[in-house]
Amino acid sequence: MSAYLLRRLGIALAVAFTVSLISFFLLHLSGDLATAIAGPEATAEQIEVVRHQHGLDKPLATQYVEWIGQLLRLDLGQSFFFQESVRDLIASRLPITLTLGAIALLVALLIAIPLGVLAAVRRDTWIDRLALTLATFGQAMPSFWFALVLIVVFAVTLKWLPVSGNTSWQHFILPAIALGYYATPSLMRLTRAGMLDVLGADYIRTARAKGLSPARVLFKHALRNALIPVVALAAVEFGFMLGGSVVIEAVFSLQGIGQLAWDAIARNDFPVVQAIVLLIALIYIVLTLVADLLNALLDPRIRVR
Amino acid sequence: MTVANPFVLDDYLPPRPTLGRQLRRWFGHRGFALGAVLLVVIVFAALAAPWLAPHDPYAQDVMQRMKPPVWMAKGTWAHPLGTDKLGRDYLSRLLYGARISLFIGLAAALISGAIGTLLGVLAGYYGGKVDALVSYLVTTRLALPVVMVALAAASLVGGSLQVVVILLGCLLWDRFAVVVRAAVQQIRDAEYVAAAQALGCSPWRVIVGEILPNVLGALIVVITLEMAHAILLEATLSFLGVGVQPPLPSWGLMIAEGKPYMFFSPWVIAIPGIALMLLVLAINLVGDGIRDLAAPSGRN
Amino acid sequence: MALLDVRDLRIDIPLGDDTLHAVRGLDLQVERGEMLCLVGESGCGKSLTSLALMDLLPRQARRQAARLTLGEHDLLTLGEKGMRDLRGNRLAMIFQEPMTALNPAYSIGDQLAEVLRRHRRLDRKAAWAGAEAMLEKVGISNAGERLRQYPHQLSGGLRQRVVIAMALLCEPDLIIADEPTTALDVTIQAQILHLLRDLQREFGTAIVFITHDLGLVARIADRVAVMYAGQIVEQAPAAELFAAPRHPYTRGLLASIPVPGRTRPGQPLGAIPGLVPSLVGEQHGCAFRNRCPQAVAVCADSVPLLEEGAHLARCHFALPSEPLRRVGGVR
Repeated sequence: MSAYLLRRLGIALAVAFTVSLISFFLLHLSGDLATAIAGPEATAEQIEVVRHQHGLDKPLATQYVEWIGQLLRLDLGQSFFFQESVRDLIASRLPITLTLGAIALLVALLIAIPLGVLAAVRRDTWIDRLALTLATFGQAMPSFWFALVLIVVFAVTLKWLPVSGNTSWQHFILPAIALGYYATPSLMRLTRAGMLDVLGADYIRTARAKGLSPARVLFKHALRNALIPVVALAAVEFGFMLGGSVVIEAVFSLQGIGQLAWDAIARNDFPVVQAIVLLIALIYIVLTLVADLLNALLDPRIRVR
Repeated sequence: MTVANPFVLDDYLPPRPTLGRQLRRWFGHRGFALGAVLLVVIVFAALAAPWLAPHDPYAQDVMQRMKPPVWMAKGTWAHPLGTDKLGRDYLSRLLYGARISLFIGLAAALISGAIGTLLGVLAGYYGGKVDALVSYLVTTRLALPVVMVALAAASLVGGSLQVVVILLGCLLWDRFAVVVRAAVQQIRDAEYVAAAQALGCSPWRVIVGEILPNVLGALIVVITLEMAHAILLEATLSFLGVGVQPPLPSWGLMIAEGKPYMFFSPWVIAIPGIALMLLVLAINLVGDGIRDLAAPSGRN
Repeated sequence: MALLDVRDLRIDIPLGDDTLHAVRGLDLQVERGEMLCLVGESGCGKSLTSLALMDLLPRQARRQAARLTLGEHDLLTLGEKGMRDLRGNRLAMIFQEPMTALNPAYSIGDQLAEVLRRHRRLDRKAAWAGAEAMLEKVGISNAGERLRQYPHQLSGGLRQRVVIAMALLCEPDLIIADEPTTALDVTIQAQILHLLRDLQREFGTAIVFITHDLGLVARIADRVAVMYAGQIVEQAPAAELFAAPRHPYTRGLLASIPVPGRTRPGQPLGAIPGLVPSLVGEQHGCAFRNRCPQAVAVCADSVPLLEEGAHLARCHFALPSEPLRRVGGVR
C-alpha cells in the first residue's frame, strides 16, 4: 500500500514539474513578454528597460530555474500590475474560489445522488428517462450562458438573489449553481450505473432474503458500495471546477482566483498567471491522490491487505 | 421406438441483418434519431446559409438596431429573429455562426483526434515504457486547467478563428489517447493480429490494417464528444473576447455582444445560447447513440 | 399437515409478444424437519421456484398458485411487509455463490447481527453474541475474531458456513438451499453437506435442497422431487426413487451415471438424446415426449399424475416394476 502511495507521489511530483514547465514556457514563448508588458505605445528603449527590469533578457532556462527556486521558497514573485506579492494576492482570493467550488460540488451532489439512485431504482420508467434527459441537456449548455440565464431569471426578473459581489452567502448561490451543474450529469450517471450494478449483486439478494426493509437494503447495503466511485469522481470534479471558475467568477464579478487569473491575463501580468495555473494543477493532482485514498478507505477490499 | 422431433439449429441463430432492419434499429433509438435529425438540420442550415439567410450577416443598419424577434410586439418578418446592437440581422448571423461552430468543432476534433489516436496507438500497441510515457502525458494534460491555459495562450497570441482551432486541437487529445489505447490493447491480443504478425507484416501494417479499423467505432464516439467539447470551449473563449474576433458571427461572441442588453432584450443572449445548446445536444445524442448501438453486446 | 404446501405454482416471464412459462403447475409438499432434494438440470426452473417461495422473483416475472402456504401463513396473500417479517426469520435461503453472497463493505459480525436485530429486536451486544455462538455452531473456530473480519478475508468454504449461520440464526421452519455446494471444492462440499445435515437434525429445520447432482441427493435426501421443464415429474422417498424410478426422465438420469465396477471402460455413457424444449408460448402435453423412448400420440395431449403411496409420477407409463437398464443408453 505504501509502495503504491510512494509511486503515486512520485508521478504526482513529475507531473507537477511538467506543468510548471508548460506553464512557464507557454507564457514566455507565446509572444514577447517585454513588449506586452510595456504596452503598445512603448518605444524600443522602454521595452528594453522593461525587459531588463523583469529579468527577461536572461536565457529562458535560467529564468525558469530561478522561478522554480523562488517557488520552492514559496516566493511566487511580484505582480506587475498590483503592488503586491503574488502569494498575498492568491492567498486573499483563494478562499472565495474554494468556497464557491465547495458549494458548487455540494449542490451537484445533492442533485446528482438522489436523482441517480431514483433513476436506478425506477429503471426504465419515466423518472429514469427524465433524469437521463436532464443530464444530457445539462451537458449541452455552455456554463457562461447558463450563468447569464440564471442572472436574468433569478436576480433580475424574480429579484430573489443578488447579481454580483461577494459579501453574503446569497451571493454564492447562483454562481455555485452555474459552476456545479456541469458536474451533475456525470455524477448522476455514475451513481445510477453504480446503483444498477450493485442492485443486481448477490449480496443485495441476500439482504432481501434476510427480510430487511427496502430502505435498509438501499441505503445501508447498496449505496455504501455504489457511492465509492462517485466520491472519487467528486474529488476530481472539484478540481475541474477550480479551473472553470474563471468564467463564472468573471460573469458574477466574484473576487476569487479565477477572476484574478482573468484580470492578470488581460493585463499580461504573467507571474500571477503562471502561479495560478500551477496552483490549480497542483490542487488537481492532490485531489486525484485524495480520490485514490478515499477509494482505498471506503472499499475494505483494497484497504485491508 | 425411435426418438421423435430432431431439433433444428436455425431456431437458435439470430436473424441475419438486412438494411431495413439496420435502419429500423438505428432510428428506433430515440436519442440517436432525434440527434441525427437535429444535426442534419443544423448542418444543412449552415451549408445553405448563403441561400437561407435573409440578409448579409455583416450588414449594419443603425436604424434597425435592437429590433425584437417577429413573435414579439414591434417585431417584423424582415428580421425574423430580430437584430443586434449594430442592426445586423440575427437570423443571418445565426446561420453563419453555425458554420463557425461546426467548422471549429470538427477541425479541433480532427486535429486532437490525430494527436490522441497516434499517442493511444503507440501506448496500446507497444505497452511498457511507451505506455507509461503516454499515461504520464495524459495525466499532465488532465492536470492543466484547460480554460485558463486556453485563455492565457489565446490572449497572448491574439485571438482568431485559426488560433482557436489550433489551440483546441492541441488541448483536447486526452480522451482520444485513453480510449484508443484501451481499444488497441483489447485488439492487440486478438488472434487475427497474431496471424498478421505471423505472416510477417510490419508493425505499422498491422496497426493500420488490422487494429485501426476496429478502433474506429470507439473513435467516432470520441470525435463527437470532443467536437461538442470544442464548440463549447470556442464559445467560452469568444465570449471572453479571446476567441473568434468581431465582426465574425460566432455564437459565443454574439452572446458577449448582447450581454449589456440582456436585461431589457433577453432574446439577444437567449437565441444564440439555445442554438449552441441544440447543436451540442444533437452531437452528444448522436455520439451516445453510436456508442449504444455499435457496442457488440448492446445496451440490454 | 405439511409445513410447506405448494399447489399448481406457475411462473411466467413476458418476452415481448410471447411468454416464457418457466414453471408450469408445480406441486410440492415439505414436512417439518425433512430434507427434500429438488433435482433437475440447468434451466428447469428450480431456482425460480425457490425465489417464488420467497417472493423474490425479478420484477418482470409473474407468480400464481392455487395454494402456497408455510405453516399457518398464506404466502399468496401475505403482502410484502408480511413476507419481510418471514424472510430470514421463519423462512431462510442459502444461495449458490458464497463468494458474492456477502456485502464486501461490512464485517461478518455486522451482517449476522443484522438478522437478529431485525427479527429478534436484540441490541448490538446481544446480537453479536448470538452471531458468535452460531458461528461456532457451524464449525468456525476463532469466532470472535472472525466476526470482525470482512468477507474477502474468508475462503469460499468459510463464507458458505457464514451464510448457513445467517440462515439458521432465527431457527427458521424452512430453509431453501439453492445449490449451496456447487461452487465449492469437492472436499469442502462434503464438509458442508455433513454440516447441513447435522444442523438440520439439531434444529429440526426442513430443508429444500436444490441441486443437479444425483450423487449428492443419494447421500442426504429424505425425499426427492425431480423437476423437468417447469414441472415436478416424479416425487418419492429417496430410497424408493433410486431403487425403482418410474418416470422415463428419472430413469434416463439414473442410467446416465457411470457406475464404478459395472460400467465397462470404452462403453458409451448413457445420455438422454435431444434438448429441453422451449417453454415459450403455448404448452400442452408432456414436455419430455420428444426425448422419451416410450412416447405415444396421447402424450402430446395430456399427462396424468399417477400416485402410489408416497410415490408420484407424471407419466402414462409410470410402471412400478419396469426393470431399470443401468448400462448403456435409454432405448
